[in-house]
Amino acid sequence: MDRKIRVLIAKPGLDGHDRGAKIVASALRDAGMEVIYTGLRQTPEMIVGAAVQEDVDVIGISILSGAHMTIFSRVMDLLKEQGADLEVVVCGGGIIPTEDREKLEDIGVRGLFGPGTTTGEIIEFIRTAVTDKTA
Amino acid sequence: MADSSHEKISEAEQRYRRNLAAKNPKDGESFTTISGEPLDILYTPLHLENFDLVRDLGFPGEYPYTRGVRDDMYRGRLWTMRQFAGFGTAADTNRRFKYLLKHGQTGLSTAFDMPTLMGYDSDHELAQGEVGRCGVAIDSLEDMEILFDGIPLDKVSTSMTINAPAAILLALYIAVGEKQGISSEQLRGTLQNDILKEYIAQKEWIFPPKPHMKLITDIMEFCARHVPKWNTISISGYHIREAGSTAIQELAFTLADGFTYVEAGIEAGMDVDTFAPRLSFFFNAHMDFFEEIAKYRAARRIWSRAMREKYRAKNPLSWLMRFHTQTAGCSLTAQQPENNIMRTAFEALSAVLGGTQSLHTNSFDEALCLPTEKAVQIALRTQQVIAHETGAASVIDPLGGSYFVEALTDRMHQGAEEYFRRIGEIGGVIAGIEKGFFQREIAAAASAYQRSIEQEKRLVVGVNRHQVKGEEVEIDLLKIDPAIEKSQHERLRDLRARRHDRAVTGALKNLQKAAREHRNQIPDILEAVRAYATLGEICDALREVYGEYREPPIF
Repeated sequence: MDRKIRVLIAKPGLDGHDRGAKIVASALRDAGMEVIYTGLRQTPEMIVGAAVQEDVDVIGISILSGAHMTIFSRVMDLLKEQGADLEVVVCGGGIIPTEDREKLEDIGVRGLFGPGTTTGEIIEFIRTAVTDKTA
Repeated sequence: MADSSHEKISEAEQRYRRNLAAKNPKDGESFTTISGEPLDILYTPLHLENFDLVRDLGFPGEYPYTRGVRDDMYRGRLWTMRQFAGFGTAADTNRRFKYLLKHGQTGLSTAFDMPTLMGYDSDHELAQGEVGRCGVAIDSLEDMEILFDGIPLDKVSTSMTINAPAAILLALYIAVGEKQGISSEQLRGTLQNDILKEYIAQKEWIFPPKPHMKLITDIMEFCARHVPKWNTISISGYHIREAGSTAIQELAFTLADGFTYVEAGIEAGMDVDTFAPRLSFFFNAHMDFFEEIAKYRAARRIWSRAMREKYRAKNPLSWLMRFHTQTAGCSLTAQQPENNIMRTAFEALSAVLGGTQSLHTNSFDEALCLPTEKAVQIALRTQQVIAHETGAASVIDPLGGSYFVEALTDRMHQGAEEYFRRIGEIGGVIAGIEKGFFQREIAAAASAYQRSIEQEKRLVVGVNRHQVKGEEVEIDLLKIDPAIEKSQHERLRDLRARRHDRAVTGALKNLQKAAREHRNQIPDILEAVRAYATLGEICDALREVYGEYREPPIF
């Protein structure tokens, strides 16, 4: 594959805790990916709009506020409306209880990374998920 | 030190190091604090060549306050045990407050939800999914009345973790006091009200820096006249550290923020001694035990010297740094969460040995959810065990004079001074924020820390060592009912139908006028909350005048 993997790191909602989002963004960049970081306070509409416009392979959403159910569902719905739900790998990180995790996987969120995850695991996940998609 | 003893020590130390190197070639391996400060294997008087007991340490309750701000410290009065609490509706949090008071807590500390922190009402589009999640939802005076129902405001001190809309929460608290028949002069408490660290680390701002600084000097001025027992700003390193900074960065950036507020107050025409005694601080207690103790000691010394020598404060109360401490949320692990009880205990002990005035101990389940009642109780008990069983509160600054702790205190002090120089060179704190200086420094430190964990240069039990395979977390999690959002919407709708619209719009117009004319805005904010204008409406009125701040996304 010639093209670099393109990743949108998004920080939705009102929460300003961006330590994790920034660490992941810089680790993915160091791993050779093209990374776009949205900055803070993005609505699902803004995230999906940016993903489509930037033609990304992956959307990584960082949520620590507890609003994950609302936000992931909305992002998945909007991607479906755009016909992009099968094109883009949606994953995320934050504090997400196990039962919510299962519900999110049911609606098509592919990877959810909790506290203690290494950036290596995230890089590996993205490479595999994007290769599977293009294969 | 007398020359002869210096020579003797020097000789003995050289012999020790030669023997050590011969037997143990690993001595060359580098050890550092959690922040990356190099550590010697042993500390002796030779590390304290320029140390002067009277000049650098002094005595407790005396300049430069390195050993503590009170002459009797914890023998006179223990630190305030102040657990941060807030979730769901005002009624939910009111119940938690009463629970904590019943269990021996001595002060209240309020956590607000994200919409409140950002100045939006619960029914704002951006509030979707966030109402009551990370704290209590407060939309109007009605919510505030419920929050403090049955809690006489002249009997407790209340800390409110609120920054961008701090002026509004202060007004709401004063208005609740009025309803309880308690005058503003009697109210005791603290507003966080530290907008600079919001731009630097926590990122909950509304307006650009200049109007925010104006609101802060308005609060300082208003409180000096009408709420004299109120701590107007809690200048916070906590969030800077949580965002990934080192200990020295936390110390330096927090104090630089403090100096910026002092300069703003002086520029606004106030005498430094009218507002400086009401400034307080808030630090993080991280895992590196001695580094944290050194940080608190250095902080007091730096602050008192600057206040006396640079800002020419004459009242000793302006020189002394009182601070609150919270154990490090970012040190808690989601793996084997019960281990967090120990982590929190060590961190809390460092805060006590460092002379804190109040303390919040985190609950062990906080890497997973908001704390349950059981977890909060263990956290509070941790403080009570330190206070009553360990003996740590019996003697003032018990580590003072330790070669290591004094050397590390000096290192913290020097490291902070180096940053003050760099901040000065880029034009001060606000210029540094606008240029992304602090944000870049912190992001680099956070990434370096993460790398050290992934490369196993630093070990975290349960995370990269001593893991349990296939671990299932078996603790009860606190859940926030999504119905809270809907009920909060209904209450807002109901309030807007009941109140006098004309009083609300009139008060908001007056507030905008005060803002445009650069007058003190607090009296008009107070009028607006008394008329039951909502938090979102008051912020919107000011947004129209001041605009909103946007940060360039740097990583």
